[in-house]
Amino acid sequence: MDRLGNGIEAGRLTPAEYDMNFADLHPRLDSHEALVASDRCYFCYDAPCMTACPTSIDIPLFIRQISTGNPIGSAKTIFDQNILGGMCARVCPTETLCEQVCVRNTAEDRPVEIGRLQRYATDIAMEQGRQFYSREASTGKTVAIVGAGPAGLAAAHRLAMHGHSVVMLEAREKAGGLNEYGIATYKAVDDFAQREVDYVTAIGGIETRNGVALGRDFSLSDLTANYDAVFLAMGLAGVNGLGIEGEELEGVEDAVDFIAALRQAADKATVPIGRRVVVLGGGMTAIDAAIQAKLLGAEEVTICYRRGKENMNASAYEQDLATANGVIIRHWLAPKAILGKDGKVAGIEVEYTAMRDGKLVGTGETGVIAADQIMKAIGQSFLASGLGALQIERGKISTDMEGRTSMDGVWAGGDCIGLREDLTVSAVAQGRDAAESINRVLAAGARPAIAVA
Amino acid sequence: MADIRNNFVGIKSPNPFWLASAPPTDKAYNVERAFKVGWGGVVWKTLGEEGPPVVNVNGPRYGAIWGADRRLLGLNNIELITDRDLYTNLREMKQVKMNWPDRALIASIMVPCEENAWKAILPLVEETGADGIELNFGCPHGMSERGMGSAVGQVPEYIEMVVRWCKQYTRMPVITKLTPNITDIRKPARAARAGGTDAVSLINTINSITGVNLDTFSPEPSIDGRGSHGGYCGPAVKPIALNMVAEIARDPETYGLPISGIGGVTTWRDAAEFLVLGAGNVQVCTAAMTYGFKIVQEMITGLSDWMDAKGHRSLDDITGRAVPNVSDWQYLNLNYVSKAHIDQDACIKCGRCHIACEDTSHQAITNVVNGIRHFEVIQEECVGCNLCVNVCPVQNCITMEPLAAGDLDKRTGKVVEPTYANWTTHPNNPMARQAAE
Repeated sequence: MDRLGNGIEAGRLTPAEYDMNFADLHPRLDSHEALVASDRCYFCYDAPCMTACPTSIDIPLFIRQISTGNPIGSAKTIFDQNILGGMCARVCPTETLCEQVCVRNTAEDRPVEIGRLQRYATDIAMEQGRQFYSREASTGKTVAIVGAGPAGLAAAHRLAMHGHSVVMLEAREKAGGLNEYGIATYKAVDDFAQREVDYVTAIGGIETRNGVALGRDFSLSDLTANYDAVFLAMGLAGVNGLGIEGEELEGVEDAVDFIAALRQAADKATVPIGRRVVVLGGGMTAIDAAIQAKLLGAEEVTICYRRGKENMNASAYEQDLATANGVIIRHWLAPKAILGKDGKVAGIEVEYTAMRDGKLVGTGETGVIAADQIMKAIGQSFLASGLGALQIERGKISTDMEGRTSMDGVWAGGDCIGLREDLTVSAVAQGRDAAESINRVLAAGARPAIAVA
Repeated sequence: MADIRNNFVGIKSPNPFWLASAPPTDKAYNVERAFKVGWGGVVWKTLGEEGPPVVNVNGPRYGAIWGADRRLLGLNNIELITDRDLYTNLREMKQVKMNWPDRALIASIMVPCEENAWKAILPLVEETGADGIELNFGCPHGMSERGMGSAVGQVPEYIEMVVRWCKQYTRMPVITKLTPNITDIRKPARAARAGGTDAVSLINTINSITGVNLDTFSPEPSIDGRGSHGGYCGPAVKPIALNMVAEIARDPETYGLPISGIGGVTTWRDAAEFLVLGAGNVQVCTAAMTYGFKIVQEMITGLSDWMDAKGHRSLDDITGRAVPNVSDWQYLNLNYVSKAHIDQDACIKCGRCHIACEDTSHQAITNVVNGIRHFEVIQEECVGCNLCVNVCPVQNCITMEPLAAGDLDKRTGKVVEPTYANWTTHPNNPMARQAAE
């Protein structure tokens, strides 16, 4: 163990430090805290928080149910709209959604803690194993879902409720998608993502097949030929590259891979981290990677973002969280070349940038930041494979508002489509709504044809 | 500085805040602590007749209801009168009065409705140096089942009889404490006056069940699975108490009768409201039982500061000031028209005013204007009911604005009249028509 050893090393911290660093960021409220927090809700009419929620959870109602000592009823109110309400309570950027528009902000600059209250209710229901939904009589129809992430799971649950059979085809070892592989460890500790998958699929009628990938093991036409409907929810498998010198050096990696490896590591002490880490990017992934690099014991972690603070996709709250954890965020810096020594990263050359005539340009001035690890978090991309003639628009699957693609019988949702923000909660909404759309079509098909005179 | 010294039927105290006869005044230890932090007087917990003391339940004595943040709004109790030996109480009262000569010390008494019982106890109390007595005709639980407490207070003839005995057998001022568990508070007050009482104090506690345990189906507080109605007090009962105080203050038959106001006094503001509705001083219990004796310091400073700000020099300046404004409904000015006004800068857009008005009242508040969430009063629909003011979570965001004489009331299409006119002369009133004919 060497806290200040150069290079990329595991075990920089004591076991106690790892435990502390990767504990729950916002532990569940206890019942007293939940009562106090829920008392603050005004039970607004046509509540702004509800409008701001992509899944339209009836927030005033679920909070009132908590305040009256009915967390189970509260959980059902949440799950009615969002079966992944447990994870959303942990990972939603509530500061830019429900809590941003809470009228308490106007009154006293402090919103009702909606996210934490949602977690309180959903945790209790899930711990008690309360299942609120049962399947309708089997319709005999089977729907294939590609990708068992938030969109896929939400669709699967809703389709199962309507009596359809579901087969979820998942490329990775575990279901859960980004909930399992892409969430910062301190936001969803222990095995919550898997427990949630189990909770959602416990409704029955959902079969998950892991390790099978679209374009490698099967194609879209295989699915349309064998299933009554298809829902595509593969997310974004591609990672954007920098296209600069030195990108192949040892010590350069994708932030999403780092986050995934950390999530999967049972013992965080086994995850190696550089002494000086530079993270490139300005979104949530950059923040999550940078904070966790720091928590793993990196001495110096710098986020370089090529535009200004106001352009960062990461919320102000997330930026503050990063700086509070000792991460340095530097703006107006673009990567120019990664510098190596003996085949390993030694630093990064960056160029100062500026907006000129509405265009981002390099100023010509450069500098070097010493680093032994570089993480790329400059965006992910959709890898179209095995989709045949399915219409793609601006790099993503094009759909209408209820998830219908250009192909009959094929729906899509989640990050692989171009609607709305790429948030877990948006993916859940899209999965749920696509399932309703699929159900309408399947139900119409199941009805006997009526002759039109 | 305002002078808040109190002279209530000749009983002097440095301020008008007395602790009511209740658990906080059951023994010297508590009373001394109260005096140390500033209470003006105490009414010692009710004494019973000589002999084996009463016994209390050994389980919970109190039940409660709460508002947001578990703020105690109402408390009830099933505790009886003092369960300590009469002579222990008398000895302690005498010592406390010697230690605190400037404070008021009143003995609350409840003995059977027999002349000899009263005749026997009064000299004993008088010997302590107590400043006065309060007749407990109010306790609604336990003792009432034995023909005392509210069982007396509910029969005006008994009240008059006992008060007369007391006036006959003691020189001490007599304060008659009234129960609110009756239909018309004026009747017992008139009886007390007829008996010669020096003052009345009210209200005692209200019959109540604060809740039911939904697992065991036992009323709360639960004694081994059973509950009994207790006496309700605390902030929740203040409106009931204020009305009863005002009714006595404005009743021609009891007009001028000194009143010690009791019922939910928690802040200086509550106390001031009792005083202006006719109380000469106030008695407090629940606020002290909730927050401790120090709470009186807020009451003292608050009352004094308010009086200073308003130029009131002494309690006499404020006692009863609101009584002339307490009226029967039939004399309210029907030509007075007010409309709600929402301060858009203060509005937090919770929408509660809208939904309250829309669902339950007069559809007089918008929720969307030009596609934007916006809450505004529709003058053509607003009847001025004040519901929106009461449900708005922001103080002073919604106010009731009276229309001036000559203004058009857009709801009725009529111009506001400058004159006063009430129901007694209204054309829709059959009695008024009859009188005119």
